[in-house]
Amino acid sequence: MNDLSCVGVTKKFGEFTAVRNVSLEVPPGSFFSILGPSGCGKTTLMRMIAGFETPSAGDIRIKGESVINLAPNKRNVKMVFQHLALFPMMNVGENIAYGLRCQGEQKSEIPEKVRKVLDRVGLPGVEDKRIEQLSGGQKQRIAIARCMVLQPDVLLLDEPLGALDLKLREHMKIELKQLQERFETTFLYITHDQSEALVMSDQVAVMNAGGFEQIGSPRALYDDPVSGFVAGFVGDANVLPGTIDEVRGGEARVILDGGGAVLARLADDSNTGDRVEIFVRPEALRIGGDNGSGSLSGKVDSLLFNGAASRILVRLDTGQLVEVADGDQASEVSAHDAVTVSWQPDRARVFVRRPGA
Amino acid sequence: MSRDAGRLSLILLFAPFALWIGLLIILPQIGIGYISLREKVGINEYEFGFKNYADFAQAAVYRNTLFRTAWISILVTMLALVLGFPISYYIAKIARERSRAALFLMCLIPLWVSDLVRAYGWIVLLRETGVVSTALVSMGVINEPIEMLYNDVTVIIGLVYTVILFMIVPLVSTMQGMDDSLLEAGFNLGGSRLTVFRRIVVPYAMPGIVAGCIIVFMITAGSYLTPVLLGGKNSSWFTEQIYNQFITRYNWEAGATFGVLLLLFTSLVVWLGLRLTGQSLATTVAKDT
Repeated sequence: MNDLSCVGVTKKFGEFTAVRNVSLEVPPGSFFSILGPSGCGKTTLMRMIAGFETPSAGDIRIKGESVINLAPNKRNVKMVFQHLALFPMMNVGENIAYGLRCQGEQKSEIPEKVRKVLDRVGLPGVEDKRIEQLSGGQKQRIAIARCMVLQPDVLLLDEPLGALDLKLREHMKIELKQLQERFETTFLYITHDQSEALVMSDQVAVMNAGGFEQIGSPRALYDDPVSGFVAGFVGDANVLPGTIDEVRGGEARVILDGGGAVLARLADDSNTGDRVEIFVRPEALRIGGDNGSGSLSGKVDSLLFNGAASRILVRLDTGQLVEVADGDQASEVSAHDAVTVSWQPDRARVFVRRPGA
Repeated sequence: MSRDAGRLSLILLFAPFALWIGLLIILPQIGIGYISLREKVGINEYEFGFKNYADFAQAAVYRNTLFRTAWISILVTMLALVLGFPISYYIAKIARERSRAALFLMCLIPLWVSDLVRAYGWIVLLRETGVVSTALVSMGVINEPIEMLYNDVTVIIGLVYTVILFMIVPLVSTMQGMDDSLLEAGFNLGGSRLTVFRRIVVPYAMPGIVAGCIIVFMITAGSYLTPVLLGGKNSSWFTEQIYNQFITRYNWEAGATFGVLLLLFTSLVVWLGLRLTGQSLATTVAKDT
């Protein structure tokens, strides 16, 4: 039985539909992320699971039982808030004991449970510290400990890394994943940061305009996006707008808007004459040669050095900038060189043009 | 800016406050304290001593008036807190952004009118020939007009009405700083409404509660117009005794003694109140977060 399932969940605020017919299944012990831009409805969905909003339609089940009519304080779903919401007037120990006391835990057992959970998050002996004495990463772990001490069926995390600086965020990503494995609890993680979702999750649901675009493993989303939105949102991609000239097998010949014809894999049911976009990852692009796609000529605009994530920026003759991955800095090009770029047609995807693009 | 200039501007900025405290608060209090220690032994003949205080201790009527004033002031403070807390909570957390300012302004409106006019407002409503009494008679609820002024209940109602604003303002400003997610976290971790109120809302609002209670208690204990006008001869309010000594009897020594005693006694009550509720000024009113 799955720890959490949503069936056709919809939420309307007046005329506006924030969440539209969303269904998901989260298997026990997995790290499930919901990834989407701000305003896509992911926070509303999480608030419905926690019980702070009531769905307009659909059902939410925890361990197979509907919780729609259960008050937030009766659901065994705990939440780490975006700004953590640690109680400033209590010390660390009291913050963690709060939930235990609400559950009517024996007074004599509380200190031991608090001590154990602090051990597990790697902060032993901080019971008497005040919240403002903790660093950002420590607060994060206390917020998780405060929930985990109650042994929830599902832990909800609402962009908890958003307030941290970059270095700490990178560190906490790994730490969160390790904590999830240590506690063997189902995590439902909400984020707009695709790298957080890709690194930590077993499954990711990509959300856009209130609905799910695709649910799959991080690799599946990256390698096999089902829509232009997913291809553009997950990972880096160069987007080349054009019109399909000819469909041959699984490949389409696309005339680019700025001129030039290229081959790419057709990824949805677009047909000849449709206005489309080609998505090519920077690492699929090659400088020079022709890998069967037809090549596009341009000039090297600049070289962006960033270690293994180094890029070559090429300004195509159409005026568009494309990023070419240059991880080992092996290409011997320099700024203003005339170059051609190409790709293997099966590593580029053609999707119908996104609205507004 | 050089160090001297910085120091000069600090002195200039501080000067109005220092003058106000020094000339209008400290100096008169020293004067009152001085007069209270002066014993009148003959015409224009004075000695120093505690005779005035001894006189006070022996006259039960004065002592009882002081206790009564303190007791009613405590009651008024508690009523203002109980009534003011939900109002403040509504303004700070439930009302929408736009109506918040309007509601706050509505609470402030009574301050536009002087104490005296407001007290007369109550008199117009509550006297024997007043609005309430006449209305009740014409509706047939009571047979003949009744006098609703000049009793303790009326005095308490009038005082609560006068001071409640000073409870609401500090409460609203502390509670406005409370993030809604604190309440949601309180529920999410299994707390009932009562638990969230008792363990999260009240502790968070504590600086405002302490500030509001101290202000309201001090204003009530030192008020004059409302108890005298609404309570009449029965009010037995301590400030009335001070007024009588200074103005009616021209006994400045006794009046000054009463003044000092009122200040000391109300300060003692505030101190006791803080001790009994386990609060201190440092962790509440002067909290730096």
